[in-house]
Amino acid sequence: MITVINLGTGNIASVSRALKYLKIPHAVSDNPGDVSKSEKLIFPGVGNFFEVAARLKALGLDKLLKDKVLGDKVPILGICLGMQLFAGFGEEGGGTEGLGFIKGRVLRHRASQHGLRLPHIGWNDVRFGDFKVFSSINDNSCFYFVHSYEMITDEPVTSAFSNYGVDFLAAVQKGHILGVQFHPEKSQEPGLKLLKNFCEGRF
Amino acid sequence: MLRHRVIPIVLLDGYSVLKTIKFDVRRNLGNPIVVARVYNSRNVDELILLDIDASKENRGIDLHTVNAVASECFMPLTVGGGIKTCADIARALEAGADKVSLNSVLFEKPAFAKEAVSVFGSQCIVASIDVKKGQVQKYELYSHSGRTINFSLEDALKFLIDSGVGEILLNNADLDGLMSGYDLGLINYVSSLMSIPLIVAGGAASPADCSKAIKAGASAVAAASIFHFTSITPQLCKEEMHKDDIPVRL
Repeated sequence: MITVINLGTGNIASVSRALKYLKIPHAVSDNPGDVSKSEKLIFPGVGNFFEVAARLKALGLDKLLKDKVLGDKVPILGICLGMQLFAGFGEEGGGTEGLGFIKGRVLRHRASQHGLRLPHIGWNDVRFGDFKVFSSINDNSCFYFVHSYEMITDEPVTSAFSNYGVDFLAAVQKGHILGVQFHPEKSQEPGLKLLKNFCEGRF
Repeated sequence: MLRHRVIPIVLLDGYSVLKTIKFDVRRNLGNPIVVARVYNSRNVDELILLDIDASKENRGIDLHTVNAVASECFMPLTVGGGIKTCADIARALEAGADKVSLNSVLFEKPAFAKEAVSVFGSQCIVASIDVKKGQVQKYELYSHSGRTINFSLEDALKFLIDSGVGEILLNNADLDGLMSGYDLGLINYVSSLMSIPLIVAGGAASPADCSKAIKAGASAVAAASIFHFTSITPQLCKEEMHKDDIPVRL
C-alpha cells in the first residue's frame, strides 16, 4: 500500500484526488501504524518548515520516517515542503533541523536578490535530462510551483533544475529518496505522469 | 523561466455561474462543474472560483461544488466567498481548494490575514481587493457589502504584504464586465508598491490587453467576461502574449 502522509496542512486532498484519478490505491494517514506498513510513501507538504518539522516530532513521525526510509529503504516522494524537509536544515521560521535524508540546506530563494517577486508562483519549465521518474515526459515541460525557499544540496545527487533569477533545485533523487519542489498533483498531464511513474516504481 | 499565468475566474451566486457588470447587472451562465470541465480540457494555468453572494448572505461557498470542480481539475484552484475563519479555510482546502481568496474579512478582522498565513502558509492565502475611483478621482477600496473600509489603497497593500499573504488579486470594480481594457495606470502603480505576485482582474477585452497588463507590472492576468462571452480562450491570449515576447505556458 502507498501511504500519503497527512500532516494536516495544505492540499493533501489534491494529492489523494490525483491518485484516485490515476486509479492508484492509497491511504491518507498520519498514523504511525499505517506508515510503518507502507511499501511506498508520498510526503506532501505546504506551510512553514519550522512548524511542520515540529509537528513531525510531536507525532513521532520523524523517527519512524528515518527508520523506514533509511533503515528499511522504503521509497519516498517528497512534494514541495515535503522535499525540503529531507534536508538537514531549514532556515524558514527561525531555523531548525530537517530529516537529514539529503545533505543540504533550505534557504530563502535567491530570486529576491535579483529583484524578483516571492513566492515563486506559477508554471516553470524543468530541465531533467534522463531523470527516470520523469520517464515519458518531455524535457523542459512546465510544472506548477509555489514556494519561497529552495533546497541547496551539499552532496552529489541526481538533480533537475528550473530557473527563476538563478538555477534552483526543482527535483532531487538519492536512490529511493525522491523530492520535487513543484506540485505534480497540480501540474496537469506531466505531473500526473510523474506521480504514476513513482507509484509504479519507475525511478 | 517563470511563465505569466492567464487565469479564468468563475463567479457563482450559490450554485450557478454568473457574470456581473460593474459588480451589479447579472447574467446566468449555467453549471460551474461543466464550466470547470471545459477549462480543464483547455489546460488552463489556474482557476479562480468565487461565490460573490456568500459574504453578503452570511454563508460559505458550496463545498460540494468545490469538490466536484476539484475532482476534475488538476490545476491550481483558488476558492473564495464567505471565508471568515481558519475552519472555513480548512474546509475549503479539504474540499479541494489549493488557495483561498479572502476579501471582506481582511478589513473587518484585520488580525485574520496574519493568523491565516501562520496556520496555512503564505502560498495558500490570496488577498482580493476591489478598487474604485472615488469622488476626487483617487483610487479607493470598494466593499461589496457597502461597508466603509478605513484603509487607503496604499495602507491596505502594506498591511496585507506585512501580514504575509502570498498574492494580491486586484479587481477594478469600475471596469468589471465592461471589456474595455485593464486599468494600466492602476496596475503600474500597485505593482510598484509590491514585492509579491500581483494578479489583475477587471476589463480584459482582447489578448492584447493581457500583454499590456503584464507589461504594466502584473504577474498574472485574470478575467471572466472575455472567456464567457467571446470566442477568445486563455490559450489565444497566451499565443498573443508569446508573440509579444512574454513567457507563457503554451
